[in-house]
Amino acid sequence: MIYREAGVFKTSYDADMALLPIPMDKYFVIAVTLFAVIVVPFISNEYWLGSILVPVLILSIAAIGLNILTGYAGQVSLGTGAFMAAGAYMGYKFVTAFPDVNIIFGILAGGVSSAMIGIVFGAPSLRIKGFYLAVTTLAAQFFLIWLFQKQPWFVNYSISGVPTAPPREIFGILVTGAEASATARYVFVVCFTIALAWIARNLVRGRVGRTWMAIRDMDIAAELIGIRPLQTKLSAFAISSFYCGVAGALWAFCYINTVEPSAFDINRSFQILFMVIVGGLGSILGSFLGAAFIFTLPIFLNNFFGVLGLDVSTATIRHIEFMVFGGLIVFFLIVEPHGLARLWALAKEKLRMWPFPY
Amino acid sequence: MEFRKMALAAVASAVGLAGIAATAYADQPIPALVYRTGAYAPSGIPLANGYLDYFAMINERDGGVNGVPLAVEECDTGYATDRGVECYDRTKGTGGGATVYSPWSTGITYALIEKATNDKIPILSMGYGRTSAANGKVFPYVFNFPATYWSQATSVVQYIANEAGGLDKLKGMRFAYIYLDHPYGKEPIPTLDVLAEKFGFTYDKYPVPPASMTEQKSIWLQIRKTKPDYAIMWGWGAMNGTAVREASNIRFPMEKFIGNWWSGGNDAVVPAGKGSIGYKSATFHGVGTGFDAYKDVEAMYAAGKGSSADKAEHNNPLWARGFANAAYIVEAIRTAQAKFGNRQISGEEMRWGLENLDLSEERIAEMGMTGYIPPLKITCENHEGDNPAILVQQWKGDKWEIISDWVPAMTEVVAPLIEQDSAQYASENNITPRSCN
Repeated sequence: MIYREAGVFKTSYDADMALLPIPMDKYFVIAVTLFAVIVVPFISNEYWLGSILVPVLILSIAAIGLNILTGYAGQVSLGTGAFMAAGAYMGYKFVTAFPDVNIIFGILAGGVSSAMIGIVFGAPSLRIKGFYLAVTTLAAQFFLIWLFQKQPWFVNYSISGVPTAPPREIFGILVTGAEASATARYVFVVCFTIALAWIARNLVRGRVGRTWMAIRDMDIAAELIGIRPLQTKLSAFAISSFYCGVAGALWAFCYINTVEPSAFDINRSFQILFMVIVGGLGSILGSFLGAAFIFTLPIFLNNFFGVLGLDVSTATIRHIEFMVFGGLIVFFLIVEPHGLARLWALAKEKLRMWPFPY
Repeated sequence: MEFRKMALAAVASAVGLAGIAATAYADQPIPALVYRTGAYAPSGIPLANGYLDYFAMINERDGGVNGVPLAVEECDTGYATDRGVECYDRTKGTGGGATVYSPWSTGITYALIEKATNDKIPILSMGYGRTSAANGKVFPYVFNFPATYWSQATSVVQYIANEAGGLDKLKGMRFAYIYLDHPYGKEPIPTLDVLAEKFGFTYDKYPVPPASMTEQKSIWLQIRKTKPDYAIMWGWGAMNGTAVREASNIRFPMEKFIGNWWSGGNDAVVPAGKGSIGYKSATFHGVGTGFDAYKDVEAMYAAGKGSSADKAEHNNPLWARGFANAAYIVEAIRTAQAKFGNRQISGEEMRWGLENLDLSEERIAEMGMTGYIPPLKITCENHEGDNPAILVQQWKGDKWEIISDWVPAMTEVVAPLIEQDSAQYASENNITPRSCN
């Protein structure tokens, strides 16, 4: 009743192949996008924009990256943090080496470098599968973080080893560094997010995405119908690492303002893997839902007691936060193993029937 | 449907949160970024308790600073940089604006330097964080008195020279430098290089990777073979205890093993049991409970207002460090109040207070902390203080004991390095160093 696709007649191939063929979906997504870009910066305060929305959007990009690799192409990876670090460090090198080039290219350069590194570390996936592959990507995690800390070249020989993200402008407005307003950083990040999500959505429903899914579902069968495992797996690694690299560069430039190895340690890799699993494997929407859930729930729980006015010690709040958070993840995975994206699909299903379910 | 309802409810209550957080009160707001949870909690808990105990004591004994009560609000960072940034953003506006931050983490300090400068809130990173922030011309809002890592490295070498009978005796000596392979552990290497060249000693580097802090067997076998004259350590967390235990296993002479001030907590020596007796470490404040102000702490604990569960914790140098940090902050608030009036002061006024902090021997005696913290004078150019120096403490099996006088740092070695690093920072970030005249 509320949500329906009846009465939608497609009269051209273009209409049938549209990104969102159902008008309701289309208007909804357009409305959400416009809301995010135009309305949110005006109604949110600095804390919400700078400390909640910016990191959630950046982590969503990383989660889309990992979802491409794990959810669509079926290659398990524990190296997400390292690929983010590659993006951050190489983005920093590019931006400081070419200070006059637009910052957008700096961020993209971080992504491209990360993609190349991803191809190198993705090569073993041609011989190794499943858990064994996860272990080899773990090697990437440890090696890259070690490399960036070891070689002073990556931090421009800074004695402290933790360089600051340099301030850069677009149209005369600062978008990176600490002096940039939360609104400017948010708009910058949200534009990246929308563009990358749109590209990812188109990739996964096109030829490339279908070959990834074929490899994921059964690689021998995929090979028999003419899909080349080499190109397919390496393209998944490259594109996934590109997304992670862009996310890492944005994390360093627009969120924590420093290029710091501990921001990209093994815990970050696990955090993003959880986002993908909780959000929904093989779903772009799920990447957003997972990132929002995993990042904001602990902060929400942490704030919750303060608002209730209960006098609970900080340590207890943090322990409760861990327990509730762990419990909720187990609960969600039992109730809905396909993740939050599946819940969303079910909600749409219900709305289609409402108010006369059978 | 249900999910949507749930999501809406969550968003609505979250929006509510932001509104409530903004209610104002007239106390002096001091947000405390602590870590009572996570891998570093064993170090974070005594730090946090010492920090809170001093503020609580001032509130309890004097009713605040000149009648302005201190409103301390904790936020747990878990030592994670992103949570630290979130905590900062959440607390910086409370009660009319945060006074000062002590992040207790080098990573969080680095992430906050520009943010806090921009928000005009000072950072006091006492003995950690960015060493070159000692240059107040480039870093107006960051303070790292009473000593920095680089000063500490020179003081440790000076201490060794004192023991050997003069700086000329350093020639031909061989040291082992054991460090956490992390920006923190690598920080003193440029200083040690300069010193090695200047005084003619050599040193071997033994990095300990953070991922395997407790596996140091091969390092210590190497040390047993090379027989260095002294071992110097820059460790943190589980690395400290392991290193001291391994050193005692190979019968390394403990009085020749010197840790830095983050390797000088009880966590470093307790795991090795009796083997750790004689181990030394640097510190920039006194230790133990034998100072006058401690009587007021006792009184506060008797009234049930203390934060430690076990008072034995007060013998831990880390508790003392939190306590000393809070004492400096309260003195800076007093300095600022002397200029701006006895009321709630803003972050910018607090910066003035920190920059004009002048702790004389007499003032320290009034505070009841003689020998516990050194006299100190901060200026516009120099945010490290005028006489960076360390004490050396030794583990006696049940408690730490200060065994040296203040060992001054070689400022003539450190100053050019600070100048060089802060100049690089200023040029990368388009900062024109302010004038201090």
